[in-house]
Amino acid sequence: MSSAAIEFDHIHKTYKPAVKHWWHRLAKRTQDEGFKALNNVDLRVEYGEFFGLLGPNGAGKTSLISILAGLSYATQGTARVCGHDVVTDFRAARRSLGVVPQELVYDPFFTVMETLRIQSGYFGLHHNDDWIEEVLHNLGLTDKTHANMRSLSGGMKRRVLVAQALVHRPPVIVLDEPTAGVDVDLRRSLWEFISRLNQQGHTILLTTHYLEEAEALCGRIAMLKHGQVVALDTTDALLARVGGAGLEEAFVQIMREAGQATVESS
Amino acid sequence: MSDSTVVSRWGKSSRSGFYTLLYKELLRFWRVGFQTIAAPVITALLYLIVFVQVLQDRVQVYDQIPYVEFLIPGLMMMSMLQNAFANPSSSLIQSRVTGNLVFVLLTPISTREFFAAYVAAAVVRGLAVGLTVWLVSLLFVPIPVTSFVWVLVFGTLGSAMMGILGLIAGLWSEKFDQMAAFQNFLIMPLTFLSGVFYSIHSLPAFWQGVSHWNPIFYTIDGFRYGFFGVSDSSPWMSLAVVFGFFVVLTFIAIRLLDSGYKLRT
Repeated sequence: MSSAAIEFDHIHKTYKPAVKHWWHRLAKRTQDEGFKALNNVDLRVEYGEFFGLLGPNGAGKTSLISILAGLSYATQGTARVCGHDVVTDFRAARRSLGVVPQELVYDPFFTVMETLRIQSGYFGLHHNDDWIEEVLHNLGLTDKTHANMRSLSGGMKRRVLVAQALVHRPPVIVLDEPTAGVDVDLRRSLWEFISRLNQQGHTILLTTHYLEEAEALCGRIAMLKHGQVVALDTTDALLARVGGAGLEEAFVQIMREAGQATVESS
Repeated sequence: MSDSTVVSRWGKSSRSGFYTLLYKELLRFWRVGFQTIAAPVITALLYLIVFVQVLQDRVQVYDQIPYVEFLIPGLMMMSMLQNAFANPSSSLIQSRVTGNLVFVLLTPISTREFFAAYVAAAVVRGLAVGLTVWLVSLLFVPIPVTSFVWVLVFGTLGSAMMGILGLIAGLWSEKFDQMAAFQNFLIMPLTFLSGVFYSIHSLPAFWQGVSHWNPIFYTIDGFRYGFFGVSDSSPWMSLAVVFGFFVVLTFIAIRLLDSGYKLRT
């Protein structure tokens, strides 16, 4: 089978229980098996797709993205970006991937331009100002180029996070709830920019709680609950299940069915 | 924006992210140079003034060497060690608490490059502080240098050793009070009880024995040998101990980084 932009093969993830005292760790005295965040997830996102990953809080979306980004190790299974295994071929996998993290994080020591030059340098790109300026322009950050990160508003910091994910021109872009707490204006400009990148061939993986955004943007959607994929289909097919009543209705119905199935099987 | 943006340019990149991580770590302490370089120099000078005023005429450590001259290399090395420790430890704990460490973890930088960049930055800061203390002390007393090679070897190796220890402390600490405990209950006693202010030959036999178990004693003793050509232990013995600790700490730090200890879940 040829490689896809993103592949998850039988991914399991169990977080070990927190050990309160070091002597418990030494004695391995814990009965708790830990929290199972992902349970046999199989997913394949093709090149050029705009793919949505939906689910309630704690469904495993961020765990799945963290495994893809190398921030977390799968307990079992493999993940690949553009055919590169995220563990054994991590350099190529990370060069192919741009991640916009969920939390609004920044380094207060640097300006916007320094932040982006440093991020670009981490990928070995040391003369990348033309592209950085293009990204800044597209994200409406040109007049903030030399502003310190501390002085930016929350929305502006969010734009810089997106810019940081794009400095190395990754073919695959992951957006983990990028519009949480963001005003309408930024949301609209951000989606225009991301849609343009998708039209140019970038693969986009989006997680969001704003279902109207997913409905408008995503060609295919996977829904997660309790660490398992409970629905995987095109957006149109998911909407057809509820007679076109909207993705929110489809989401509620699928989650309810998944909940009932869990109760019946247990 | 052209269609070429679809193609990742990583294949054209020949340089590693190591240089940028090193540059970022250097820039980070340079930006707050008053705190990271000037402040430790002032502290060292205060020690110099106070101890020399009190002990100058009462203490004779080595023949022909006034106490003030004996003290300066010790203060230089103490400042270097403490600042080499502080550089990676404070950088890591701040990055962890603010969450921006993720920007490094998402990149193709390997654990070896990560290790090398943080330790190299620690060595640069250590040497910068040591050099500044020396230059300022020249205003008071010019001290001789018998062997620049020994001075440089112990200055670099001692700073690297403490930089690695700072890296380990930064990985282990999740909160600022854990880092403070590491500094106050381990680093501070080890540096103060390492012969900065005295020769261990002036100690009772028991404490002389204890001092020989302190690796920081050997960094200071070897460093002082580079200035005066005399020391409490053989410089080769000191070099063997400091290099041995450097190797052991390198092994531990690399193992922790490879395992993703407190970095990757």
